[in-house]
Amino acid sequence: MLEAVGTETVDDLFDIPAAVEFDDAFGIDSRSERETRRLVRSILGRNDTLTELLGRGHYGYYIPSLVDHLADRSEFLTSYTQYQPEVSQGFLQVLFEYQSLLVELTGLEIANCSMYDAATALGEAATLAERVRETSGHRVLVPDLLLEGRRSTLENYVAGTDLVVEEYPTDAGTVDLEGLEETADDDVVMLYVENPTVRGTIEEGLETIGDLATEHEALYVLGSDPVALSLLQRPADVGADVVVGDASVLGLPTSYGMGLGLFATREDYLRQVPGRLVGASEDATDRRVYTLTLQTREQHIRRERATSNICTNQAWVALRTAIHAASLGPHGMVDLAKRGVVRAEDLAQRLDDLVGVTAPVDDGRHVREFVVYVDQPAAAIASDLEKRGFAVHVVGDHQLQVCVAGVSDAKIDQFVAAFREVAR
Amino acid sequence: MTDDGLDESADAGQVRYDQARYVENGQYEPLLAEKDLTRVEIGDDDSPLPDDLTRDSLELPDLSEPELARHYTRLSQMIYGIDSGPYPLGSCTMKYNPKFTEDVAALPSAAVHPDRSERSTQGTLELLYRLQDYLGRIGGMDAVTLQPPAGAAGEFVGIRVAAAYHEHNGESHRDEVIVPESAHGTNFATAALGGYDVVSLPSDDEGRVDLEALEAALSENTAALMLTNPNTLGLFERDISEIAEMVHDVGGLLYYDGANLNALLGRARPGDMGFDVMHYNVHKTFATPHGGGGPGAGPVGVVSELAPFLPSPRVREAEGGASEPAYELFDPDHTIGKVHGFQGNWLVLVKTFAYIARLGDAGLADASAKAVLNANYLASQIEYDVPYEPFHHEFVASAGEQDAADVAKRMLDFGVHPPTTKWPEIVPEALMTEPTEVESKATLDRLAAAFNAVADEDDATLEAAPDRTTARRIDQTSAARSPRLSWHALEDD
Repeated sequence: MLEAVGTETVDDLFDIPAAVEFDDAFGIDSRSERETRRLVRSILGRNDTLTELLGRGHYGYYIPSLVDHLADRSEFLTSYTQYQPEVSQGFLQVLFEYQSLLVELTGLEIANCSMYDAATALGEAATLAERVRETSGHRVLVPDLLLEGRRSTLENYVAGTDLVVEEYPTDAGTVDLEGLEETADDDVVMLYVENPTVRGTIEEGLETIGDLATEHEALYVLGSDPVALSLLQRPADVGADVVVGDASVLGLPTSYGMGLGLFATREDYLRQVPGRLVGASEDATDRRVYTLTLQTREQHIRRERATSNICTNQAWVALRTAIHAASLGPHGMVDLAKRGVVRAEDLAQRLDDLVGVTAPVDDGRHVREFVVYVDQPAAAIASDLEKRGFAVHVVGDHQLQVCVAGVSDAKIDQFVAAFREVAR
Repeated sequence: MTDDGLDESADAGQVRYDQARYVENGQYEPLLAEKDLTRVEIGDDDSPLPDDLTRDSLELPDLSEPELARHYTRLSQMIYGIDSGPYPLGSCTMKYNPKFTEDVAALPSAAVHPDRSERSTQGTLELLYRLQDYLGRIGGMDAVTLQPPAGAAGEFVGIRVAAAYHEHNGESHRDEVIVPESAHGTNFATAALGGYDVVSLPSDDEGRVDLEALEAALSENTAALMLTNPNTLGLFERDISEIAEMVHDVGGLLYYDGANLNALLGRARPGDMGFDVMHYNVHKTFATPHGGGGPGAGPVGVVSELAPFLPSPRVREAEGGASEPAYELFDPDHTIGKVHGFQGNWLVLVKTFAYIARLGDAGLADASAKAVLNANYLASQIEYDVPYEPFHHEFVASAGEQDAADVAKRMLDFGVHPPTTKWPEIVPEALMTEPTEVESKATLDRLAAAFNAVADEDDATLEAAPDRTTARRIDQTSAARSPRLSWHALEDD
């Protein structure tokens, strides 16, 4: 090969000035595959094995074996963005079916084929609001309960615009309608509400909030996820303009927060949507095919006038989510959501029966998770629970949060028993 | 032509390729929704919620596990991946992905929730800490964040860090980011997302940064210059030290786009070239799978002066006695906050760590050597002209009188993935080609045979291509003119 290239050594092919050449070593040992596996297993083995009753934006539902086995087929894993659709029909169809799933769940006409996670999808919604706004407004209203990771990411996304992020109050875990009405004005360009909320509560005033957004010509953005959307009010029916959230509640196990940004919106905003879109078309034999479309919105064509800077996205996670949803089917999806309500409220009742414990703290209905009041310091209770093999959230001096998603009934029984011991 | 359609007049390395195609009722594999749609009504007696809190119904396919297994298996057969054949997509660094990294990412001990206590997640924190350290050494950077979930997200962190740094120094007036014309589209889009005016920088006759144009573009308003090195033509920016000095002289920062880092592993480091901030595309350089478009990860490294501005949290060794945790999370003093809801694409980071730990110094240096050798060998074997040299891990050939997009379509028929086309625009009808280090000489020869077979063909043949792929040439215009973006939108057909 060197002869064909016309050089003596590979080094001759590098055109690097001596002044910036690296002649040292990184000091990283090479290992065999077996040694490397042992190393990673030994490092990760330092994680304690705990039963996680954790949620707050990241969930550990059971993932059917079908998902791993199909998604790990190497054609899915080792292909890239479908710049050559003629040899990428399989992945394009998966993404088209994923978009269709979100269209069905949200009732909105357009869903893109992924953002990074819920927080970045929220940030993209704000820049969409800036692009499509018809007024001179600049306020983005979010609940005071918003997760710090989402709030902070949103702040970074709007830092380059004239938008400002402001809070509206919540009361007992859901939107304080009077407080929201007081703070909302015509200067608001986007109103963000989550259903369920980060505390697991179900919003009851979504339509009223939608009317308020319309009154002030603000984009109404709803945060949710595919499990909750299977049961709770359909966003299109309450006037939502955009739905964001984490779609990987289906498809991914607990992955230290790795997610899949859900982004759906109305057809009116089609040409302002961030991210990739897969559309149907025809090939030269007139058969229906799929292809990336409306790419003139994207960075590789439109550069600084693109609707987003996103390139690499979360396509493979979307594949996993699509397979998981298909595996559940409509009955399974609805059932999973219903069980989230029943099991959360049942566990809350059982904890409420314990001495020194009140649950749920918030009024109204819950899905999947809820906040618990403990007479003793919450951090101490959480620490004691951890010693007994259970992880819960500490959300206040005397408040814990508990989530049932993916936790078996047997483990819940053990958890209640452990809680009884530590709360005494 | 022989019976099986092989053109024997073409190079002996030619491969006949017929992609799988499943046709039912005149369609390729039907949609799930065409196999079944079942509507479930919600407001029945066993609903745990009152009707006003629920939707009315949900309509989705209801299919058995074997039906789904066949659906997705057929779809996978209608996809070309690295495991199908060479994938020399320029600037995307499509390496073979070692299988064992999938296994380590699937370890049950890797499946932890981000809100777990630090005490109970020492393994995760240690892996993140060691990866921060690895990447710092490889890039010559003092501090690293692993949070950005993709390369473009890494760029965004870089731009936000630059903004925070300038603001901290009372220099918020800096409102321009300079980007070479041949840069990745994400650079322009990221700078704009960060609120900066983008100043586009032309190349000189040799395809590198034009120093006079740079001098003219730099000013007291310059926040940063974004560069990739080797650049998108595969050329090393020989004047990099001078460029760094010029940018620093006006108080700007120098940003390194890590898309092309594969060319330099073990031979040169952005930190040593004067770059202040860089991102790493781990799905490119460190072989984590591209997954049909993602997930990747885009860690960012910075010099010590910028470390206080990095996203929160990062991981460090904990102080204290043996009974305390060895690693802990911390917020940098002047952090820009977060760019992801949690800690980024953790499973991708596990694969990255495993790849680097497997290769070590020797393997990483070998990767860059073979990547550059392979690109040079392939270029020497193809008939298309390569106007800019000396290139490294990738080269940009010109399709000349042919349409590069048509060349790409025809290459599909020869069982290879084509290069990136029509970009960078500095080369007419560009074929941007990056074979990566993983291809053998035999595969490179087959790849060259595909290039050369196509080079000899007439326009009519190219325009009719491809004809051995699942789908034949796709009408892009009609897809964009009347968008149909879900199976709901097909019901009107």
